[in-house]
Amino acid sequence: MATKGTVSGVIANMVTLTVDGPVAQNEICYILTGGDRLMAEVIKVVGSNVYVQVFESTRGLKVGAEAEFTGHMLEVTLGPGMLSKNYDGLQNDLDKMDGVFLKRGQYTYPLDKERKWHFIPLVKVGDEVGSSAWLGQVDENFQPLKIMVPFQLDGTYKVKSIVKEGEYGIEDTVVVLTDKDGKDIPVNMIQKWPVKKAMTNYKEKPRPYKLLETGVRVIDTVNPIVEGGTGFIPGPFGTGKTVLQHAISKQAEADIVIIAACGERANEVVEIFTEFPELVDPHTGRKLMERTIIIANTSNMPVAAREASVYTAMTIAEYYRAMGLKVLLMADSTSRWAQALREMSNRMEELPGPDAFPMDISAIISNFYGRAGYVHLNNGETGSITFIGTVSPAGGNLKEPVTENTKKVARCFYALEQERADRKRYPAVNPIDSYSKYLEYPEFEEYITKRINGEWIGKVNEIKTRLLRGKEIAEQINILGDDGVPVEYHVIFWKSELIDFVILQQDAFDEIDSVTPMERQEDILNMVIDICHTEFKFDTFLEVMDYFKKMINLCKQMNYAKYKSEQYEDFNKQLQELVAERSV
Amino acid sequence: MATKAFQKIYTKISQITKATCSLKASGVGYDELAMVNGKLAQVVKIMGDEVTLQVFEGTEGIPTNAEVVFLGKSPTLKVSEQLAGRFFNAFGDPIDGGPEIEGQEVPIGGPSVNPVRRKQPSELIATGIAGIDLNNTLVSGQKIPFFADPDQPFNQVMANVALRAETDKIILGGMGMTNDDYLYFKNVFSNAGALDRIISFVNTTENPPVERLLIPDMALTAAEYFAVEHNQKVLVLLTDMTSYADALAIVSNRMDQIPSKDSMPGSLYSDLAKIYEKAVQFPAGGSITIIAVTTLSGGDITHAVPDNTGYITEGQLFLRRDSDIGKVIVDPFRSLSRLKQLVSGKKTRKDHPQVMNAAVRLYADAANAKTKMENGFDLTNYDERTLAFAKDYANQLLAIDVNLDTTEMLDVTWGLFSKYFKPEEVNIKKELVDEHWQKQ
Repeated sequence: MATKGTVSGVIANMVTLTVDGPVAQNEICYILTGGDRLMAEVIKVVGSNVYVQVFESTRGLKVGAEAEFTGHMLEVTLGPGMLSKNYDGLQNDLDKMDGVFLKRGQYTYPLDKERKWHFIPLVKVGDEVGSSAWLGQVDENFQPLKIMVPFQLDGTYKVKSIVKEGEYGIEDTVVVLTDKDGKDIPVNMIQKWPVKKAMTNYKEKPRPYKLLETGVRVIDTVNPIVEGGTGFIPGPFGTGKTVLQHAISKQAEADIVIIAACGERANEVVEIFTEFPELVDPHTGRKLMERTIIIANTSNMPVAAREASVYTAMTIAEYYRAMGLKVLLMADSTSRWAQALREMSNRMEELPGPDAFPMDISAIISNFYGRAGYVHLNNGETGSITFIGTVSPAGGNLKEPVTENTKKVARCFYALEQERADRKRYPAVNPIDSYSKYLEYPEFEEYITKRINGEWIGKVNEIKTRLLRGKEIAEQINILGDDGVPVEYHVIFWKSELIDFVILQQDAFDEIDSVTPMERQEDILNMVIDICHTEFKFDTFLEVMDYFKKMINLCKQMNYAKYKSEQYEDFNKQLQELVAERSV
Repeated sequence: MATKAFQKIYTKISQITKATCSLKASGVGYDELAMVNGKLAQVVKIMGDEVTLQVFEGTEGIPTNAEVVFLGKSPTLKVSEQLAGRFFNAFGDPIDGGPEIEGQEVPIGGPSVNPVRRKQPSELIATGIAGIDLNNTLVSGQKIPFFADPDQPFNQVMANVALRAETDKIILGGMGMTNDDYLYFKNVFSNAGALDRIISFVNTTENPPVERLLIPDMALTAAEYFAVEHNQKVLVLLTDMTSYADALAIVSNRMDQIPSKDSMPGSLYSDLAKIYEKAVQFPAGGSITIIAVTTLSGGDITHAVPDNTGYITEGQLFLRRDSDIGKVIVDPFRSLSRLKQLVSGKKTRKDHPQVMNAAVRLYADAANAKTKMENGFDLTNYDERTLAFAKDYANQLLAIDVNLDTTEMLDVTWGLFSKYFKPEEVNIKKELVDEHWQKQ
């Protein structure tokens, strides 16, 4: 018998229930009111009083309303047909909903029960298989999607029967397994998994080391992120968080991209809906939407579902990782998720931590980032989830709980800066405060040195040092005036400006400059380093500025030109002539 | 609101604070309205048989034996064509002496639009103000606030924008508006002969602050009616959202909630987003555009209200007094319209984006030159020219008293470029320079 409850109190979306049986923390229940079924999640139990957060508006809910418990936690339904779908935070298919407005209590099935998939068996009768082993595959948007042993099963099983290659629906039994006791377990294409529980169906999680190419120079060259790495982008409003995230999700060399729009503007999600079906994946030539899943909980959608949305996205990512795919997960913005936690903690009258956030915010954030990573699967294949979250710090101040706690766990930090944004130096990533811990990994150094065919990390560190030195000199010039410092100082300053304009700044809206492949980034870095190593002769500081402005202009024209095109080579020639003019 | 027969009347209030009162009652729904001695109140908390009511007018004079009647519904507004041209209070009751509205009664603060049913905004809203149309073009379906200090003329600018914009309806939501400002809006709209397309929901400083909480939802419910049922382009003006946030803080304080930054409730982001996200372009042609005012304290945009607003809205407009020309201008540096690239150069002349950027860049050069001058450094000839350009640019384009169409704005800018600079100094594509450069 399922446990039943009765509503005993309502404060906004927190409801208290009196229950007649056992309930589990995070169990899902449905509250019945005026013909609607409102989904809710248990967040606290005190005796027979259960506190639940409701994923919908509680308008009109009365004391005495009945609730039914489901016996399971909030879970997602996994299977073929998720790619290019638009889900809400609870994995309802938004396209299947009726009407222009979202209706309370309307839930839609995330997969397509009618559609047939071309199933190819990967095991034969008699094979021994363990949890999450690949049994077969279907073709999902031109990518192989593995049908796996249900994740909940432990131990080993024998394949009793498997269907022949052919067309099957998601609910058709494709494999029958037998356990040790001879009990039959039919398997179809659908898996279910509770979102708050990390999937650990892999052999080991080694340190990640392979560069994840994004085509964004300030990331790939200066502070690289790796397959299975974690990073975060904090920044005040108007500094280009969303543009940078969209650029990464469009260009990154990933098999699957999952975008969790968590408490953000609806028009930004509409932009993805409108643009992605038109844009071409630079790596496969197919439409970007075909490899993308969008989880949209826009800022006006129910707050409790906002928290769920990031977990839903992460669980779907883990599902694809278990198939040996490279998944990129982007969450914009994790601050909204933390705020949803704060609202609930406040209603439960918990003692608050800093800025009224719940005390365990640090643990929640670190557990979540911990679910990303590069893994060796049990069958020897590898898969990865690269996670990049944005943070919207209140007042642009990075000394706030969400930023600080994220900084403890994320390995890459891309600090967007108001000053750079005001000066239109985009992407406005501050080159001095930002970092990538992966640059210090010997595994990464070994990988990138092979990838690039030569010394790399030393050069990257050199440009970072030069940028810092350039900043220091700019401050001195501000105080002492242009005449107050030696001419050589101006040269050092302008060399750092060259790095800034040619490597750091990138036009996200230009067809060519927006994506820089790694080979080209290598060329640009070498070109800039060579110029930095050249000694120049100047008499006055005015000459320095004019000369470097010309040089920057030529380098930028090269960035806008097609790689190795006639035009590109022509600019390069002009550049070399210019360098020769004054080099000593 | 009349009470119906056979309704249960409660007469025993157990707790009274400045904004709320509590009593024992049963069968009460969350968000439901009640009358407490004739004052309208709303259920904000139910715990067992104890119900807490937020009394909109304040609890002054409410006795412990006050008569409490629950109305069995959440706040509603009657919507029909009759709304046009009328003035209402926060409860949706007429305050212009006219008759009651007849129409369908709909609950305010209704559900959100399914994001996949939205259309990407793409229609330009022309205001005639170059600081907006040229540099920060507005698009229908956008939400954007003015960030302004209380002494700045934001209400005048908003009234101008409203009257010049080609929209079918203008809905004014006034929160904590002074009576003088209310009368100003009323005058301007009736003088312009535009009253028939204007609907106002007004809470003045003379009305109780908690009533303000109903204003945005009232205004937006009316907006949704015209945008959805009649496919009209609706412009909603909300002034001043800081007063709205202050009212939120009062209520959450009375309910013993733990305040977060700047004494604002922890749910401020969601509360504001719920309002601003009503801005939408419907596929059938109707749209809701929101232009709001967020007053700042001493220009501080890191305060919780402007900060949260900035994360929600699609840009912001800053007003600033330019001491060189003695006029209020739309600040080109700090203002931003996030949706401008959807229309500029597409719905306007194709030189628009480049001209806009070049002018702002030169204006920035002028600002640098000014700093140089103030610090006692020598000015170059280029510096002198940028300073002269900046003065004309501010006077002829950025000032809020400008009224031009976008093509005229572009021509005026080209005129200034040609007067003060050489073609190679403006950094604009050669083909555009060839086409528009004006011979001196």
